[in-house]
Amino acid sequence: MPSLGADMDDGVLVEWDVKPGDRVSRGDIVAVVETQKGAIEIEIFESGTITRLLAAPGDTIAVGAPLAELDGPAATAGETEAAKAAPAPSAKAAAEPAAETLPERPAAPTIETPAVAATAREKTAPAVEAAPAAKAAPAGRVRASPAARQLAAERGIDLAGIQGTGPDGAVVRDDVAGGKAPQPAPGARPAAPTKTAETTGPARRGFDVDEMRKAIAAAMSRSKREIPHYYLSHTIDMRVASGWLDELNAQRPPEERVLIGMLLLKASALALTRFPEFNGRYENEAFAPAPAVHIGMAVAMRGGGLVAPALHDVDRLSLEELMAKARDLVARVRSGRLRSSEFTDAGITVTSLGERGVDTVFGVIYPPQVAIVGFGTVAMRALATENGVDAVPTVCATLAADHRVSDGRRGALFLREIDKLLQVPEAL
Amino acid sequence: MSEEITYREAAGAAIHDAMAADPRVFIMGEDVGHYGGTYAVTKGLLETFGPERVRDTPLSESGFTGAGIGAAMGGMRPIVEIMTVNFSLLALDQIVNNAATLRHMSGGQFNVPVVIRMATGAGRQLAAQHSHSLENWYAHVPGLRVLAPATVQDVYSMLAPALEDPDPVILFEHVMLYNRKGTLDRSAAVDLRSAAIRREGRDITLISYGGSLWKTLEAAALLAEDGIEAEVVDLRVLRPLDADTFLSSVRKTRRAVIVDEGWRTGSLAAEISAQIMEEVFWELDAPVGRVCSAEVPIPYPRHLEEAALPQVPAIIAAARAALGKQGEPA
Repeated sequence: MPSLGADMDDGVLVEWDVKPGDRVSRGDIVAVVETQKGAIEIEIFESGTITRLLAAPGDTIAVGAPLAELDGPAATAGETEAAKAAPAPSAKAAAEPAAETLPERPAAPTIETPAVAATAREKTAPAVEAAPAAKAAPAGRVRASPAARQLAAERGIDLAGIQGTGPDGAVVRDDVAGGKAPQPAPGARPAAPTKTAETTGPARRGFDVDEMRKAIAAAMSRSKREIPHYYLSHTIDMRVASGWLDELNAQRPPEERVLIGMLLLKASALALTRFPEFNGRYENEAFAPAPAVHIGMAVAMRGGGLVAPALHDVDRLSLEELMAKARDLVARVRSGRLRSSEFTDAGITVTSLGERGVDTVFGVIYPPQVAIVGFGTVAMRALATENGVDAVPTVCATLAADHRVSDGRRGALFLREIDKLLQVPEAL
Repeated sequence: MSEEITYREAAGAAIHDAMAADPRVFIMGEDVGHYGGTYAVTKGLLETFGPERVRDTPLSESGFTGAGIGAAMGGMRPIVEIMTVNFSLLALDQIVNNAATLRHMSGGQFNVPVVIRMATGAGRQLAAQHSHSLENWYAHVPGLRVLAPATVQDVYSMLAPALEDPDPVILFEHVMLYNRKGTLDRSAAVDLRSAAIRREGRDITLISYGGSLWKTLEAAALLAEDGIEAEVVDLRVLRPLDADTFLSSVRKTRRAVIVDEGWRTGSLAAEISAQIMEEVFWELDAPVGRVCSAEVPIPYPRHLEEAALPQVPAIIAAARAALGKQGEPA
């Protein structure tokens, strides 16, 4: 059972998409799991043949507990990569190079917590989490005192990664108060305390609004408590971009048209390749830049709440690909079918108000990310241009960034870079 | 003005001073007069106050306890001494069915201002019929006030307000306390409501009463050498429990161990633990610990008797366990 959020203790298996004997490759969707964030499609991180399913639909499975057995150890070069990405089963193994981890793995590796360690950069964090949990709570529940849980809930801190000093290694209040909070995987909302089995109906799909509210509250409170935000705002002249896009869309049927938001996303992604300090995670008092441009796209939910699942490699997608992926993502958000990696991979969030928004949005950084870019509504506004004061389409771009990692000057250059890129839309 | 005095002397002085102050006060019980009391608490009182007010009784706990209750209803302020809590079971009917209920059943027409003193606890090799700690049996009963003075000051100062209480008061004197010396200020007043913090600390709350208090304080001193600052709460009053005091201490330290010479099952320690769970669960950093007597009739041989009772090493071990520390201190 993968951890799809730092506070996730368990999940309910909704369905298997594979059966014993099926061959699977890395990235295949093998199961659907119900969590606080809704039904999540679980991707497998190793290739092989499913030999045995260890859980049945309806079962509540603790994070880290095996869901199924997989035959055929990763042997090819490609699969080595997969194994590297897969979580190390223990702190010891995680600390070692992936190549050394491989021989230690049993011939029939179980599917373990793939999502928390979806990329190599995350390897140490989940390993720290796994060790105490395994020792103290075989049921997968973190052993933590009531006082520790209370404080952790107040502060939106994940208990799973804290080394306990209490009885039997339990996490106690001082461990939470003084200890460094482990960061939730990017894209994953630190969730409120686990749902009870009562509220976790395996048949239920979609999102629990109350639980999501709690998760947002925890993440945003933590953000405002821990992250020294600074804010920049910049008005971008969208005449060229709007004109170019209108022309492009005029030749296309409605279903193939590209929304202006994709230009904003793509420009942000390209700018990020030049300003890596806005894309990554701040953890344990250090910033780790993200190895790729995965952007969390804030999507508002009908009925309240929002999620920011990751669009992967935005800098390398064409506008059409990006549009297709965004449409797919929004549709799956609405239907409550997100994939595990989408919850864990974003290094920055972009929030775009769309056509019916307002001028400006000042974002709250989603920890452990270090920045959030906001775009207000693109609309006709008065702007001083070379012709005097004109009514032209503009968008107000904002940046809220973590002052521990970057400074206003770089932030300003980053916003200007987005502006510059938007002036050459055909290059996007 | 304070004096160094034994617990026995303080208990006797309290009775003496109460009898001198109020002619309605008298004492009755087995061997309280000519023999001077089984634990020599009443020594000398017969000579001072005469056989009318220092009355030796037959070996009939139910009879003389009932007589005391009747005298109280009739306007006297009797002190009934029962040799040991084990024997008080013979008077349980009088205490539970009469003393504790008559005010209620008479619609408030009759109060029962009796004070019933009894020895409790083990440690003197008196074997299984004279050594038990059944305080919680009485602490269970509405209508009674139950006191467990652990200090010289308390055993002296609690008696006067107990006699003033219009309702029955049970006063437990632990047998291992009689020879303990302490400081007494006869003019100091104490209340019959509150628990006392006998030692301040920030790391763990040790809750105890009566004879176990001193073992608990000794354990706290040893824990301090290991850097663990234990707060020691002396319950003093077992009914009604002063929950505010121990709860606020546990709120501060987030850990509690209860030291209670009663048997673990159904013990006062269990009640206190339950109240902690009910009131401060979310403040806790460890399960509440209990150090109680082994669930056996208290044995006669010294080494077995000691093994059956809460002792300092067990208190230290429980405190360390609550703090997540294994084994012996370094």
